[in-house]
Amino acid sequence: MPFESLVATCLAYVVLMFGVAYAADRAAARGHVRWLDHPLVYTLSLSVYCSAWTFYGAVGYASRSGLEFLTIYLGPTIVFTGAWWGLRRLVRVARMHHVTSVADLISARFGKSNQLAGLVTLIAVIASTPYIALQLQSVRLSFEAFATDAPNGAATDGNAFGGTGLWVAAGLALFTILFGTRNLAADERHHGVVTAIALEAIVKLLAFIALGVFVVWGLADGPLDMLDRIARASADPQVAQGWMLQPDRWTALILVSAAAILTLPRMFQVMVVEAADEERLHVAGWAFPAYLFAMSLFVLPIAVMGREMLPASANPDLYVLTLPAAAGQDLLALLVFLGGFSAATSMVVVCAIAVATMVSNHWLVPVWLALRRIPAGDETDDLRGFVLNARRLAILAVMAAGWVYHEASGGTAALAAMGLVAFTGMAQVLPAMVGGLLWRGANRKGAYAGIGTGFVLWMALLFLPSVGIGGALPVPAGTDPWTAAVMLALVLNTLAFIGVSIFGFPDPVERLQGLSFVSAVEPIRHSRMMRGNDRAEPLLAMARRVWGADAALRYFQAEARAQGKSGYLPDLTPRFLTRLERRLAGSIGSATAHAMIDRVAGGVALTVSDLLQVADEAQRAKEETQRLEAARAELVRTAGQLREANDKLTALSVQKDAFLGQISHELRTPMTSVRAFSEILKDPSLTEAERTRFAGIIHDEAGRLTRLLDDLLDLSVLESRRAQLTIGVANLHDLISRALSAASATRPERGFLIDRDLPSEHLAVITDVDRLLQVLINVISNARKYCDAVHPVLIIRVRRPEGGGAVIDIVDNGSGIDSGRQSLIFEKFARLNDPARAGGAGLGLAICREIMLNLGGEISYLPGQGGAAFRIVLPARPPAAAEEARQA
Amino acid sequence: MPDRPLFLERASFHRRRLGDAARVLPVLAMLLILVPVWWVPSSVSFAAGAVWIFTLWGLLVIAVWALHRALLRAEAATMRASEAVPEADDAASAPVGGGPDAL
Amino acid sequence: MQLDILMIEDEPNIAEAVRFILSREGWQVDLHPDGAGGIEAIQKRRPRLVILDLMLPNRSGAEILCDLRAANDADLAATPVLMLTARGEAAQAGAQADAVLTKPFDNEDLRAMVRRMLA
Repeated sequence: MPFESLVATCLAYVVLMFGVAYAADRAAARGHVRWLDHPLVYTLSLSVYCSAWTFYGAVGYASRSGLEFLTIYLGPTIVFTGAWWGLRRLVRVARMHHVTSVADLISARFGKSNQLAGLVTLIAVIASTPYIALQLQSVRLSFEAFATDAPNGAATDGNAFGGTGLWVAAGLALFTILFGTRNLAADERHHGVVTAIALEAIVKLLAFIALGVFVVWGLADGPLDMLDRIARASADPQVAQGWMLQPDRWTALILVSAAAILTLPRMFQVMVVEAADEERLHVAGWAFPAYLFAMSLFVLPIAVMGREMLPASANPDLYVLTLPAAAGQDLLALLVFLGGFSAATSMVVVCAIAVATMVSNHWLVPVWLALRRIPAGDETDDLRGFVLNARRLAILAVMAAGWVYHEASGGTAALAAMGLVAFTGMAQVLPAMVGGLLWRGANRKGAYAGIGTGFVLWMALLFLPSVGIGGALPVPAGTDPWTAAVMLALVLNTLAFIGVSIFGFPDPVERLQGLSFVSAVEPIRHSRMMRGNDRAEPLLAMARRVWGADAALRYFQAEARAQGKSGYLPDLTPRFLTRLERRLAGSIGSATAHAMIDRVAGGVALTVSDLLQVADEAQRAKEETQRLEAARAELVRTAGQLREANDKLTALSVQKDAFLGQISHELRTPMTSVRAFSEILKDPSLTEAERTRFAGIIHDEAGRLTRLLDDLLDLSVLESRRAQLTIGVANLHDLISRALSAASATRPERGFLIDRDLPSEHLAVITDVDRLLQVLINVISNARKYCDAVHPVLIIRVRRPEGGGAVIDIVDNGSGIDSGRQSLIFEKFARLNDPARAGGAGLGLAICREIMLNLGGEISYLPGQGGAAFRIVLPARPPAAAEEARQA
Repeated sequence: MPDRPLFLERASFHRRRLGDAARVLPVLAMLLILVPVWWVPSSVSFAAGAVWIFTLWGLLVIAVWALHRALLRAEAATMRASEAVPEADDAASAPVGGGPDAL
Repeated sequence: MQLDILMIEDEPNIAEAVRFILSREGWQVDLHPDGAGGIEAIQKRRPRLVILDLMLPNRSGAEILCDLRAANDADLAATPVLMLTARGEAAQAGAQADAVLTKPFDNEDLRAMVRRMLA
């Protein structure tokens, strides 16, 4: 096939992948996750296990070593037969803790230690880089084989292939960054990537089966003939010697590949992190072994047929491609080529996401936070942006490292072994992982000892020899050196892990996590671990930095509602803190989340007796039935509502007394001036200037009286919902500009910096324009009046929510309103005891609230925005208009 | 209602035995895959070995499928029974340690 | 010379009216426009009479009066105080005051009351 049309086919295929990923992300954003969440999509995404190394390499492996290639598939099969009680547990515990990677799992289990996660990340990076290089190489080799073997291939410039690896790496980096770092959700799921990979899994499988069917029924004469040919091929003594299974290798390979399915970063990503719950394993438990079965069924026939039909010089690793090409089946060869391309690209993308998450969560973010030594709570910088950029950077770095490794190593021989080297490297994490899940006695020192020992031995005995540094392990004759090295590393790793764990004594946090992991119960943060309810706002500010303002507010509001409270600030119950920490862990890793929450809300160290109490609590919680749980939650909610209603009533009754007194005060004050000056004016000895001035004061005060009466009247009309609305259409941008210029009369000496996002403001709104303008002017004037920053800044942000209408956020950079008063500011004369009161009767925000209710929207105070912040929500159309539209 | 507890007991008993089977299956699978190679490597290395392993593999897939189906049904049955009688036992879902891939 | 009257009042127009009325009678009137620092202003100026508004920002007139009556200096504690209130029910708040004048007031009442208190 001509090189150009091959490239064009690849590009078309890549565009399809981008399209699928984009569509799936869009669907997920709109909440259509039903088919995206289907267990079959999950099962297919697991096929990322079958990388190009297995797609192309399996046939080569089979032609050299016979059935030994099956170990790579049999290990995972055994693990999946235990899906019901093994993998389900792993997924449940990992989801419970919002674990983001295998490193994060280890770190969360062993006392949320970031150093431990950093060590696991190091292994993952070292193991993954050559593995990614292997994928790039397979794409390059398949390009070479496919393009040069075709009739027009001779004309192709040899240098064109040199760039293949680079182009593929760059394209994959782009894809991964686009769809792998779109957001920093609390659950690290990437619907777009997973769906694209599920599709690639189908392409892979179809390609391989099509080729297999062609080989068995097209080239050979059915399965029996095929078995004959296999028997004939193995009659050759040289072949038979290579094919003879060695029990020790067989066992070690199955063990290592069983470990790999649990610990490889990409497998952990698709199997655990991307899983919404453990239920999907009911299907994957049999469907994934079936997929592996189908992928390996035709490997041996293809290998045998390749040996028979192709010249001895042909590379067995490329039989899958060269066999159909030699038989003149160009379309089939193209399909196989796309299958191999799929295998390589899906592996690289998921691996890059997984490793980049580890690198950013366990290397970059902790270092950045430590360097900045952030003070508690009130910082305003955007951590979310940093994490996303760190992740993008890490993806680029991982890709670049893979490509550089590919360029530097060049040869096929060095790379071919890398798949197994990566498997054995990540397998060093297995003892700590499985031990941590099953054995409460496992502790951090043990994990360090085990993983450390395994890492050092793996580097010395397996990784470095594979890149040509150092030699193989000197072993007695008759023993396989590779098996000896693997078993030595794994056995010493396990012994060190168990031995050190037995003599260690973990700290309370670690024991708490151990209990939670081993018993699969939700961990509970002890009540002594927090300081008080006034920390809710700093916590919200912190969450905002990680998730962005809207997501954080939504989460806090939902939590507050679950406690039966309105507004955005839930009580800091142990349950809430635990859930918040785990959700944060879903974005930035458990160690960092734990440290950040402790800095804001925590502080008191746990003691052993606290721990015992917690263990009791956890045990009790476990025994509670669903029903009791629900009833209790309901009671708590009701009690919360009652308490809030009572608080509000008490406050309101105080307010009402104050209201009458305040009206009296507000009316008498201007009246006093009017009366005093009108009496003074009777004095004939006044100068003309005095006369004019006093008359002016009388005039002003009379105007003030009128305004106050107008406001009161306005408020009573609005409160009775009898206000006449004049509905019109206006451009929100113009309204905001008008409000800003009208409000600039308030304290004109304050030079405000206005931060607006002009393009987003051009939204048409259907509402009572004058009323809305009144609200905007009032809120902006308030900001001008009360913002106490030295360099005052007013931020105005507008966006259109999904249901239409508009959301307007008006935020200043002053000291804001303390949480105790936030619920009162919309009450009449709320400014009554306000030390900073300045003119006006304190009816402004009360009127604003009533106007917004009349317009069918709302105005609320947003806590934790770094200053006073008001959110004005406008519906798509006002309630009356909506009613008319319904009637029409 | 004298029948209820009997039914509940049977349902949860059935579920627990299926749970035992789910724990035994991976051990069994591992033995069936490893032992022949340890024992008679020369007769499972070639065509006959391929037939043996792929047959075993296909049976394993079917066994896991059937087991998961039965377990899901048993769980649903226990759930129904426990809805009728609130004090259902919860012990069967208690965690168990150890296993082949715990190595 | 001792200051005659110190007025603590946050409404500028009322303050101006009172000052104008009383200045014409020949008394020297000074103004402190905030509840905060009110007691310090009295301590410093040592007026013969304090005219105190009840409703003040930061620190109410009643609080200032309490502080004044509790002062260690007996002379200072005994400074006569005229409380200006906007409310009818301010009776108990003005209990410690020597006189209470309800807003709006008659200018002649103010003059008479101050004259009596300074006599």
